[in-house]
Amino acid sequence: MTTTAPAAPAQVPSLPDAGHRPSFGNIMAAEWTKIRSVRSTVWTIIAFTVVTIGFTALITWLTESNWYGPHAAARDASYLSDPIGTILGVGIFLGQLVIGVLGVLVISTEYSTGVIRSSLLAVPRRLHMLAAKVLVFTILLFVVTEIVCFCSFFVGSAILHAHVPVSLGDHNVVRAVIGGGLYLTVIGIWALAIGALIRHSAGAIATALGALFLLPIIGPLLPDSWGAHINAYLPEQAGSTIAHTNQAASQLLSAWQGFGVLCVWAAVLLVAAAVLLRKRDA
Amino acid sequence: MIEVRDLTKRFGDRVAVDHLSFTVEPGRVTGFLGPNGAGKSTTMRLILGLDHPHSGTATINGKPYSELAAPLRTVGALLEAKSVHSGRSARNHLLFLAQTQGLPRKRVDEVLELVGLQPVANKRAGSFSLGMGQRLGIAAAMLGNPQILLLDEPVNGLDPEGVLWIRNLMKALATEGRTILVSSHLMNEMAVTADHLIVIGRGRLITEASTADVIAQSSDKSVLVRTPDAAKLTELITAAGGTVKPGGNGTNGQPGPGESTAGLLSVTGIDAPKIGELAASGSVVLHELTPQASLEEAFLELTSDSVEFGRRGPDPVGATLGSAR
Repeated sequence: MTTTAPAAPAQVPSLPDAGHRPSFGNIMAAEWTKIRSVRSTVWTIIAFTVVTIGFTALITWLTESNWYGPHAAARDASYLSDPIGTILGVGIFLGQLVIGVLGVLVISTEYSTGVIRSSLLAVPRRLHMLAAKVLVFTILLFVVTEIVCFCSFFVGSAILHAHVPVSLGDHNVVRAVIGGGLYLTVIGIWALAIGALIRHSAGAIATALGALFLLPIIGPLLPDSWGAHINAYLPEQAGSTIAHTNQAASQLLSAWQGFGVLCVWAAVLLVAAAVLLRKRDA
Repeated sequence: MIEVRDLTKRFGDRVAVDHLSFTVEPGRVTGFLGPNGAGKSTTMRLILGLDHPHSGTATINGKPYSELAAPLRTVGALLEAKSVHSGRSARNHLLFLAQTQGLPRKRVDEVLELVGLQPVANKRAGSFSLGMGQRLGIAAAMLGNPQILLLDEPVNGLDPEGVLWIRNLMKALATEGRTILVSSHLMNEMAVTADHLIVIGRGRLITEASTADVIAQSSDKSVLVRTPDAAKLTELITAAGGTVKPGGNGTNGQPGPGESTAGLLSVTGIDAPKIGELAASGSVVLHELTPQASLEEAFLELTSDSVEFGRRGPDPVGATLGSAR
């Protein structure tokens, strides 16, 4: 396809004077345009929805159809003590993979495609750009993950209803379902900070997913109580406590303490990303 | 107006920009010329606040870029490195930029029309040809109707139509009183576009003057002479203090491919009128008498000692600075 423009260009259309300096809201509107206008965002959110709700339905359906199987006793104990953790657990565990990738890509693709140069020419106050991006992404994630977690809860609890009656009115259930969305939202921001620090999609995704999936496996291999203590403070282990109805006796952190630890992880990495964003050449 | 004062930028051990100072005035096209690796792009990135200098300042209308209230309304930039997401449409790329400045949505359509990209506004930028990509870059630069434009190698890889379009656009914008800084390593392109030249080599200023002066400064102007009586003319010229070499129309007066070099001489040391007079006095017939000074030649001469990739050794730029003036 070819386009032709006149060899002698038209006069550049004039522009009325700006009445005011662009506001933070203008920058947020721009960040929203950036997020919604690339296909990867749309596809990742669809993938997240399908994976999380799909696996919740699959796991609960498998459990339901094998209810009188050989491991019934152990399973019953876990379902009765922590119904939300068992219903949502697998869906959230796999869904965080997609959210982590999305969080990294939201900023790392700015570097891989070179858009970061356009972005910083338009908003040379770099921290404003980062703050607007984080805020817009947080709102998007919060809305999407809460909707998905509530849908998962309704699907999973409906499938299991005959054996595990659980409703939103039960103790800690609302907190655990909302907590699932909060956990995934903060994991997304945490991954964004890793993307901002590393600036390469592949490296940042490997780092984020490694921290989420490999560290909890390595932790328990450490001697004595070291492993348990370190494990309790890992982002995935600490943060996901908020998406459980009840705590296991062995857990070191309460639901909100654990979530707080994840928030600290995200905040520390974001501050580091902000400092480097200001310091480094774009 | 762009003012660069004593600007220095190092990447590890390598000095990319070395105590560079110059001023870019409004109302004319200023060419920013230098061999590959001379520091042109780095200097532009420093002016635009993308890179941080080790020392010195670069200001736009007296302010660092980062302190401009609505930067795209003051400065438009076309960078050489790509700065568009290949999966985003041209319209959405321009829309997010417009939003950062609080510009109305219809401004996006205005600049799309200006560069002739309206028919493909909703296509992914990744599907664009090189020329269309450059037009999108120009559209982004013109979004805020800025008075100052920085264009880094804007004609690189463009077809002749695209080159002509950008050349005419730059001239038209300069005529409107805008400040235009355009970098290039193509001397002949600058000769027909730029009114004023800033020449750098190895990050240092080699010369800053009007395009005409830079050409005139060329100390080693040669004259191409074709005569059936080469031996006699050579004698006359040598007696008058000139130097004669076998000539040609190729680079630096060497024979071009497939060119007949019979009776062709490249003369240095005396100018064309003098050669004509000498020939007349000796009754030598001349078939051709062409002064060879061009911006290309002046440029090669100015930067011959400061080519980044090609020779190593003690930095000879200081010596060039002295002889160029």
